[in-house]
Amino acid sequence: MRKYLLKRIFYLFLTLFIVATVTFFLMKLMPGTPLQNEAKLTATEKAAILAQYGLDKPVWLQYFIYIGGIFKGSLGLSFQFSDQAVSYLIGSRMGPSMQLGGQALVVGIILGIILGAIGAIRKDTWADRLATILSILGIAVPSFVLAILLQYYLGLKTGWFPVAGWEGFAYTILPTLALAASPLAETARFIRTDMVDVLSSDYIELAKAKGLSKFGIVYHHALRNSLIPMVTLIGPLAAALMTGSMVVENIFSVPGIGEQFVKSILVNDYPTIMGVTIFYSALLCLLLLLTDIVYGIIDPRIRLSGNGD
Amino acid sequence: MADNLKDIEIKPGDFEPLDKTAGPDNERIAAPSLTFGQDVWRRLKSNKTAFTSFIVLVLMFLIAFGGQAVYHHDPNAQEPKYANLPPKIPGVGLHGLNGHLNQSGKDVDVYAAAGAGKDVHYILGTDYLGRDLLARIMYGTRISLEIALIATLIDLTIGVGFGILSGWKGGRVDLFMQRVIEILSSIPQLVVMVLMATAFTKTGMASIIAAIAITGWTTMARLTRAQTLQLKNQDFILAARTLGESAPKIAWKHLLPNLSSVIIIQTMFTIPSAIFFEAFLSYIGIGISSPQASLGTLISDGQKNFQFLPYQMWYPAIVLIILMLAFNLLGDGMRDAFDPKSKR
Repeated sequence: MRKYLLKRIFYLFLTLFIVATVTFFLMKLMPGTPLQNEAKLTATEKAAILAQYGLDKPVWLQYFIYIGGIFKGSLGLSFQFSDQAVSYLIGSRMGPSMQLGGQALVVGIILGIILGAIGAIRKDTWADRLATILSILGIAVPSFVLAILLQYYLGLKTGWFPVAGWEGFAYTILPTLALAASPLAETARFIRTDMVDVLSSDYIELAKAKGLSKFGIVYHHALRNSLIPMVTLIGPLAAALMTGSMVVENIFSVPGIGEQFVKSILVNDYPTIMGVTIFYSALLCLLLLLTDIVYGIIDPRIRLSGNGD
Repeated sequence: MADNLKDIEIKPGDFEPLDKTAGPDNERIAAPSLTFGQDVWRRLKSNKTAFTSFIVLVLMFLIAFGGQAVYHHDPNAQEPKYANLPPKIPGVGLHGLNGHLNQSGKDVDVYAAAGAGKDVHYILGTDYLGRDLLARIMYGTRISLEIALIATLIDLTIGVGFGILSGWKGGRVDLFMQRVIEILSSIPQLVVMVLMATAFTKTGMASIIAAIAITGWTTMARLTRAQTLQLKNQDFILAARTLGESAPKIAWKHLLPNLSSVIIIQTMFTIPSAIFFEAFLSYIGIGISSPQASLGTLISDGQKNFQFLPYQMWYPAIVLIILMLAFNLLGDGMRDAFDPKSKR
């Protein structure tokens, strides 16, 4: 276990190092500097600004400074908001993103489990078909389309929910729904497939033979065993939420990381793009590591060994 | 009893030879023997949802790639005076398709207001620059499909090649290649795509295709590797090796045909995900840029007027959703059809 953990943590750092390096050099390939009104500035002013961002140094030195900075928790200065540290920018925008992501995950997973379980129990009935249609729609309708539709029909037209902004719980409902669709669909499909298998296994037959109630069987025996492999879904779901958050936060003007990321992309704010990239990768790597550890703990059949597979 | 049995006399004349040609022939095979492909096709046809999806996809491809031969409208021709016209199909009185709009409570014939003659009609309306929306959607769908298909093809080539090599070589090579996949797949796909799309000339198809292909192949590689590991120890591979067949030839002749079902199924799920990411990138503004169009840019354009002219976003969105649905449902159906265990 210890050896395994050390190995995984080593790979985590290796991954992040590669991401940081590739990102850095990709961004160096691109045109553009933080000098927005280049023509109006004198040579000394330009030099001063370049020096402020450390762009006067040779590229290899910039690279080492950048990598060194990451270890100190610094991700450079934003081009867009002069003087603002990227790490501060990310930190101040983490709250809304985390809240939305968390809510969407909870809503999506709970509804997904219910839908999936209904589908499995009532296999090949209208209820199953309805659950399947709902879950496949969750995959087929892109989050940005869903977000726009929710915003218009449940926000603007009916006035039930605030259209955009970030001023309290009511403002989180629509973006949460828009984000929750994809985890809901993934969970429902996963649970259904898994539970169909579980429901035909011997111990379920035994439980039936013992005369347990249908609910008792589903809740105590089938669902619990289906939930274990669900842990492996957390990584992909988190990645999907990151993707979704970029557009959903943008559409609902949520001051989160995703919204910042899109803005930075559109105005070529390279330090912020790099910072958010590294942050997203770190988050996903950590989640994947946690997933594996948790999985090893709750399912003793899985042994965490130091030799890869 | 035993004594009685002895009393029974059996004479050869008691037996009568049966006619050899009459009666059931146990050697005859009743149904024509099916190849694996035919069997899959048969099972796919019996799955109504998957088969409908297949037909829908065929139609979509026909319209997207051949529609312009029938519907002669330039998707980029701008007609500023006919901007933002709602859908109008001659002879249809249904509201929403008759060129009328509800403007501040009144039913207005927008075509007449724009000074359009009787013969002017746009089946799906026009966009904010007066471009024919139907032509643009056909064009956009074509671009979206082209991007998705090319990206999937590259994705498939890299993934299958990597997977077979990794599984076949085994040992250190495999270990190293698996680490590469592990590292790549713990980077969010989206992040790589955004970086690629921003880094390489903000516009154009090539960078999007590269972005989608580079990030998508790891799943395919994993699946083919796992399958190759299973296959390579089987007797027919051993036989081929004993006969002195070269490794590339074994891979091509023996491994690939046996991997085909895994590859085809995975491809069916790679395509919609490529369609999604293309639309996503174009939607946030780092994908296809005008005058080119894709479903993503059309949705993004339509969104601006959604409050007043909802059709401008609805139509491309519906096309996108149908494409995604059909590919996913067909993929599900294929998975069932290729699985010999699912007997139906």
